[in-house]
Amino acid sequence: MSFASHDSATRQSQGEAITAEEIAASGATADEATARYALILGDDALMLSQRLGAWVSRAPELEEDVALANIALDLLGHARFLLTYAGTAWGKSEDDLAYFREEEEFRSCRLVEQENGDFGKTIARQLIFSFYQHELYSRLVNSTDATLAAIAAKAHKEVDYHQDHAAQWVLRLGLGTEESSRRMQSGLDSVWSYVEELFTDVEPIAELADVAVLPSALRESTLNRLHQVIEEAGLSVPDMSGAHGADRSGRHSEQRGFILAEMQVLARSHPGATW
Amino acid sequence: MSPQNHQHAPLRLADEADAAAARDEAESGQHRFDEIIADDSRIEPRDWMPESYRKSLVRQVSQHAHSEIIGMQPEGNWISRAPSLKRKAILMAKVQDEAGHGLYLYSAAETLGTPREDMYDQLYSGKAKYSSIFNYPARTWADVGAIGWLVDGAAIVNQVPLCRASYGPYGRAMVRICKEESFHQRQGWEILYSLSHGTQEQREMAQAAVDRFYGPALQMFGPPDGDSPNSQQSMAWNIKRFTNDELRQRFVDMIVPQVEALGLTLPDPELKWNEERGHYDFAELDWDEFFAVIKGNGPLSRQRLEHYRSARDEGAWVREAAVAYANRASQEQDRDRAALIGA
Repeated sequence: MSFASHDSATRQSQGEAITAEEIAASGATADEATARYALILGDDALMLSQRLGAWVSRAPELEEDVALANIALDLLGHARFLLTYAGTAWGKSEDDLAYFREEEEFRSCRLVEQENGDFGKTIARQLIFSFYQHELYSRLVNSTDATLAAIAAKAHKEVDYHQDHAAQWVLRLGLGTEESSRRMQSGLDSVWSYVEELFTDVEPIAELADVAVLPSALRESTLNRLHQVIEEAGLSVPDMSGAHGADRSGRHSEQRGFILAEMQVLARSHPGATW
Repeated sequence: MSPQNHQHAPLRLADEADAAAARDEAESGQHRFDEIIADDSRIEPRDWMPESYRKSLVRQVSQHAHSEIIGMQPEGNWISRAPSLKRKAILMAKVQDEAGHGLYLYSAAETLGTPREDMYDQLYSGKAKYSSIFNYPARTWADVGAIGWLVDGAAIVNQVPLCRASYGPYGRAMVRICKEESFHQRQGWEILYSLSHGTQEQREMAQAAVDRFYGPALQMFGPPDGDSPNSQQSMAWNIKRFTNDELRQRFVDMIVPQVEALGLTLPDPELKWNEERGHYDFAELDWDEFFAVIKGNGPLSRQRLEHYRSARDEGAWVREAAVAYANRASQEQDRDRAALIGA
C-alpha cells in the first residue's frame, strides 16, 4: 500500500506521507486481533502525547516548548493512524475509540501514563519509551500487514529524532550540575519499575506471528542501549524489579482515569456532536 | 604633576579625538539612515541607526515576542481537552507555531543588541507589556475558535504591513509569521463554522465566544489615533504603515462578511455599512476597560504572569545544567586540542 502519491496535509513531513483520513479511506480493514494490537500501540502514543502536551508553555526554555510540542504532535499522529486502523475492525472512528472508551478498555502501559513530574522525570520517561519505540518500529516496518508497515515506516523516522532528543538531555542533565544529575537519577528511579511492562507479551500479540512484533524480543536490545546512555551520563541504572500488574489492563494504574477525565470531558458532554 | 597626570593628558586628547570621530560617524550615519528611510529600503543590523529608532524597535519587537509567548497560555489550556484528535493536532501545531514566532521575534530583537535574557527578565518582572487580549480567559472550546478567527485575524491585519517594516530582520520575521497566522485564522474560523452549524448548544457556545472576544479583538490595534503617542514617529520611520484606527477599520470591514458566512452576529447594534465612507460604522469601544487591562488589571493578568514565572523558575536548573554541560564540553575540546599540540 502506498500513501505517498496522495496530496495531504503531511505531504512535506519526514517519511511516508500518510494521514488518518487516508487510512480510513483506503479500504484496508484490520481483523480483530490486528485491531487489538493497533490499540496497544496507539493508546501508548495517545497517552504520552496527552502528557507531553501539558508541557507546552511550561518548558524550561522556548526551544524546548517547540521540541516537546513537536514530539507530542508526532505521537498524536501515530495514535490517529493506529486508532483509525483499529477502528476499521469495529466500524468505529479514531474519536469513538479515543473519547468514548472506558478506562479499562484502554491498553496503554503505565510508563506513558506517569505524571510529568519535573523535566528530569519527563526526560527519563521519554528516553525509555522512545528507545523502546525505535526498536519496535524498526521491526514493524517488515510487518505483513501493509497498513501497520506503512505507519511504522513513518513513525520510525520521527522516533529517531525523539530518542536523540531524549538521549542528549540525559547526557546534559547527568553531566551538567549536581542538582541536574540528582534530578535525572531520581526521574529514572521514579519510572524504572514500569519498564518491564513494555516487554510483556500481552495478548493477542503472540498469535499475530508476522503481523506484530513480540515485545519480549525487544527487551535485550532496548535495555542494552538504555544502559549505555545512562552510564555515559554518569548515572546508574536503577536496580529494581518490575512493578506487579504488567498487563496494560488499567487495573493497576491510578493515572489513566485522570488523563481520560480531562481528555474526554468536552467530547462526552456533547454526545453526537461534530467539531 | 604626578606621573599619573602625565599619562592622562594624551588619553584625554585621544578621548576627544574619539568623540569627534563618533560625532562625524553619527552625522554621516544619520544622513545615510535618512536616505534609506526616504528610499523606503531597509536598515540592517550593522547599519548605523539613531538610538531612539533602536529603542523603539526593541520595545515593539520584544512586546510582540512576549505576546506570542503569553498567547500560548489561553489556547494551550485547551490542548488536553480538544474535542477530537484532529482538532487536538491542529491546536497543538498552532500553539507550537506561537513558540516559534516568539523565537523568530526574540532573535530579530537580539540583532538590535538586546540579549534574549534581558527581554525574558522584563517579562518576568512585569515591566514588559504584551497584547492585552491574552489577559482574557479562554473558557470554552468556542473561545479557541474565536481567538483563532478574531485575535489571529486582527494580528494579520496588523502584521501584514509590518512585513515591509524598515528594519530588515523584523520585516523578514513577519513574512514567515504572517504565512502561519493565516492558517491560524482559518482554523479558528473552521472551529466556529462547525459549532455554528452544529447543535443548539454548540451554536450558543460559538455566539457567546464571539460576543466576548469582539471588543477586546478590536482593541488589539491600540488606542484611538489621538491617544497613541508612539504611532507618528513609528510611521515616520517606516516601521508602522497605517494608523491604529485605519487598521481597526480594515479589520471590521473584513470580519463583517465573515461573521455572516458563519451565521453568527457581532455584538454591536451600531454596526452598519456607510455608503458615503465605503466602510462599516461601528460603536465606540470601552476604552476604560482597555486601559485598565493594559495597566495589569485584566481578568487573568496575574495568572498569566505567574504561569510564566513558575515555568521560568522551575526550568532554571535545566538551563543551568545545559550551560554547565556546554562549558564542560568546550573545556574538554580545549584539553584535547592542547594535548594534540603538546604531542
